[in-house]
Amino acid sequence: MLDFPRWKVWLVIVATVLGIIAAIPSMLPEATRNQLPGWLKNTHINLGLDLSGGSHLLLEADTADVRKQQIDRMEETIRTEMRRASPRVDISDISTANGVLSFMPRNPAQLDQAVDIARQQTNGIGIGGQRDWNVAVRDSTRIVMTPTEAGINYEIDSALETARNVVAKRIDPEGTKEITVVRQGSDRILVQVPGLQDPEGLKRILGKTAKLEFKLVDLNADPAEVAAGRAPAGSQILPLQAGGKIAVKRRVMVSGDELNDARQDFDPQSGNPAVSIRFNNAGGRKFGRVTAENVGKPFAIILDNVVLSAPNINEPILGGSAQISGNFTVESGNELAISLRSGKLPVALKVIEESSVSAELGQDSIQKGVLAGILATLALIFYMIITYFRFGVYTTIALLVNGLLVLGLMAIFNATLTLPGIAGFVLTIGAAVDANVLINERIREELRRGRHTIQAVEFGFKEASTAIFDANFTNVISAIILFWFGSGPIKGFAVVLALGIATSVFTGVTFTRLLVSQYLQRNRPKTLNL
Amino acid sequence: MRPLKFVPDNTNIAFLSYRWWALALSVLLLTASVALVAINGLNWGIDFVGGQSIRVTFQKPVNMGDLRSRLEGMDVGDVVIQQMTDPKVVSIRIPLDGEAANPIGKCLGKGVGKEGASDQSNRIASKVRGELIRAYPGVNIGAVNSVSGKVGCELFSTGSIALGLAMLGISLFIWFRFEWQFGVGALVTLFHDVVLTFGFFALTRLNFDLNVIAAILTIIGYSLNDTIVIYDRIRENLRKYRKMEIEPLLNLSVNETLSRTVTTSMSLIITLAILLLVGPDSIFGFTASMLLGIVIGTFSSFYISAPVLIWLSVTSDSFIQQETNKSGAERIGESFPDKK
Repeated sequence: MLDFPRWKVWLVIVATVLGIIAAIPSMLPEATRNQLPGWLKNTHINLGLDLSGGSHLLLEADTADVRKQQIDRMEETIRTEMRRASPRVDISDISTANGVLSFMPRNPAQLDQAVDIARQQTNGIGIGGQRDWNVAVRDSTRIVMTPTEAGINYEIDSALETARNVVAKRIDPEGTKEITVVRQGSDRILVQVPGLQDPEGLKRILGKTAKLEFKLVDLNADPAEVAAGRAPAGSQILPLQAGGKIAVKRRVMVSGDELNDARQDFDPQSGNPAVSIRFNNAGGRKFGRVTAENVGKPFAIILDNVVLSAPNINEPILGGSAQISGNFTVESGNELAISLRSGKLPVALKVIEESSVSAELGQDSIQKGVLAGILATLALIFYMIITYFRFGVYTTIALLVNGLLVLGLMAIFNATLTLPGIAGFVLTIGAAVDANVLINERIREELRRGRHTIQAVEFGFKEASTAIFDANFTNVISAIILFWFGSGPIKGFAVVLALGIATSVFTGVTFTRLLVSQYLQRNRPKTLNL
Repeated sequence: MRPLKFVPDNTNIAFLSYRWWALALSVLLLTASVALVAINGLNWGIDFVGGQSIRVTFQKPVNMGDLRSRLEGMDVGDVVIQQMTDPKVVSIRIPLDGEAANPIGKCLGKGVGKEGASDQSNRIASKVRGELIRAYPGVNIGAVNSVSGKVGCELFSTGSIALGLAMLGISLFIWFRFEWQFGVGALVTLFHDVVLTFGFFALTRLNFDLNVIAAILTIIGYSLNDTIVIYDRIRENLRKYRKMEIEPLLNLSVNETLSRTVTTSMSLIITLAILLLVGPDSIFGFTASMLLGIVIGTFSSFYISAPVLIWLSVTSDSFIQQETNKSGAERIGESFPDKK
């Protein structure tokens, strides 16, 4: 069994060399690495935020909000479609309570027509023929529309996808930074920004949905009713930023969706920071028409359901641009401008987990980690060589190759190295040492039993391999379970562990055996000093 | 010149005759661990209970009493302040429910963790950060970690599930590869090691965070390595010496693998000791617990894994069936081309 066929020798050599080459780019400084050919340049290990420094935010979407919006939108659609239908269907007693939309046609004879119209507003989901809404009739008078499970999931999914894009745009408008914005589970978004040390600004930018609306102020509302929070039909009560409440028309004049640009600016009269916006063509025309029709009346500028200000329309605003003022600082004005440019978030996001590590701390961890690694390796080499002499040298070579192969594989998979990952690395080095120790001890044992050198080596490898296999397989079980269940840091540990097990079995069993067999074949030693 | 050998050839120590003493020691340690966890409690990291942790580096060593009274005066809840090995570095933790925070009662009791506390905790983090920068000019905020109660509970339950499943999976694997007695032995050993590790964390009050789950699994990994190596030898000897009594057979197996156990443990201890002394202090707890784990793991593979086999009356008959019906072990062994 110590006779390696030639192809196998080459296979081992090629695999080892490839692994080592893949490990090299990760060890070079970034400037040098960028000069390498493309395929090699991209083969490198990413550093986790705990090592490179940066901020990590886990955002959770308010799914209840998505459901509510879905119902509200359907209510709008139903109102419009029933009005547009011919003959027109008058509906009354509209309710959106308990996540269900229900209404009654005034004329019971129109029930079937109304059900038909309602059905037309539903859409098929996926290939199963399921629809996003169920339409049913209760008490032969009331139409009840319930969003299906699939419909709700579809809404949440598309809201999250939009939110992910908006978040990415807000953090990195030019799309040049190496940020990570990914979905996690059904209702979460993970944001990682390397190099960012203070995530407060980021949190402020992401904490706003930035829903900008322009609505007319309802001048007919009774101030006492408004103070009590009761809105006249067709209006709603909103809080004012400066305090107090105001009644505004439900109908939106223009919304932030119709913006072309937004930037931080200064109010020419007061000199206070403000935000200038420019509408796109359709938005500008709409804004011009409504302001022309309502000269002399006030309109409300509403951001995230808070009225920032309610200025009077002195003259029609036809140029398609406007300025929003309302207690801004330069910084908050700038943040609002960024948020408006990137579009509104379809759902409110909440920070549920946050961590940031400064670059210095990360650098410090790496330096200390690398120093400890080098010292530990040297100590281990010394110990192995004084214990096993020639075989200790083989063990050392196997350990070094093992280390390089783990790095190489991580680079090939573009894996992320974290602090727990370094711990996983230590564990696999332990496993690799153990594999070699098991083999060497077994060879000693067989020699003691009076076996001939070649036979002893052969038996040593053969008998030790079952224990090595069993021990490593249990580590594979741990790694798989950890990868499956673990989050963040634990996953990093599991990845390194899994790769390390593979390479340590390879180097410990196959690679060392190759070295030993070459020695035995060349020198045919009568005794082994072991 | 001869190679270094810590264990002389043909060593024969009657390890197993001390098994009752060892059992008494184990029971004592287990009881002490459970008591420590119950009385002292674990120093839960904010990963599991929610809240903030902030790591700060000051320009010069800071007066801890001064810092404590300053933070406590801010009305942000219970603050845990800990100085690192470098006296300029301080870790500040503000668990959601104060120092008594305990994810077991919280997460299991109500099914879900405290929700909606994230805004509040984010505010606290900003507040503390602002105060530190104001009071200690030139301070460097190294790392900030903030976890909501809900996420804390999720991390706690997935962590526990991962740990439990890993232990169960490993035991099943050993049952499949050896015999049921060996599977039980491995499970008991793992349980023993995990409980002692918990006791260690309760005793030292080291921060028990998500990384510790990785540390516990590493300890399990090392301990299992030892157990499997000994079990492997026991299996081999059971097939070889059909007539031998079980106790001498276990002693023989432990002694035959003793040199390997010593050498491997020594290499790991060297590696970990260096990591402990010069490595980054953020993995101090991790390394310390692994170092302890090696000692526990070696002890338990001698005195828990092996004696369990006596108590569960393993005999050489246990493997007779596999002799005729070749097991996976032998197939693996023969997969190396055996031609001359």
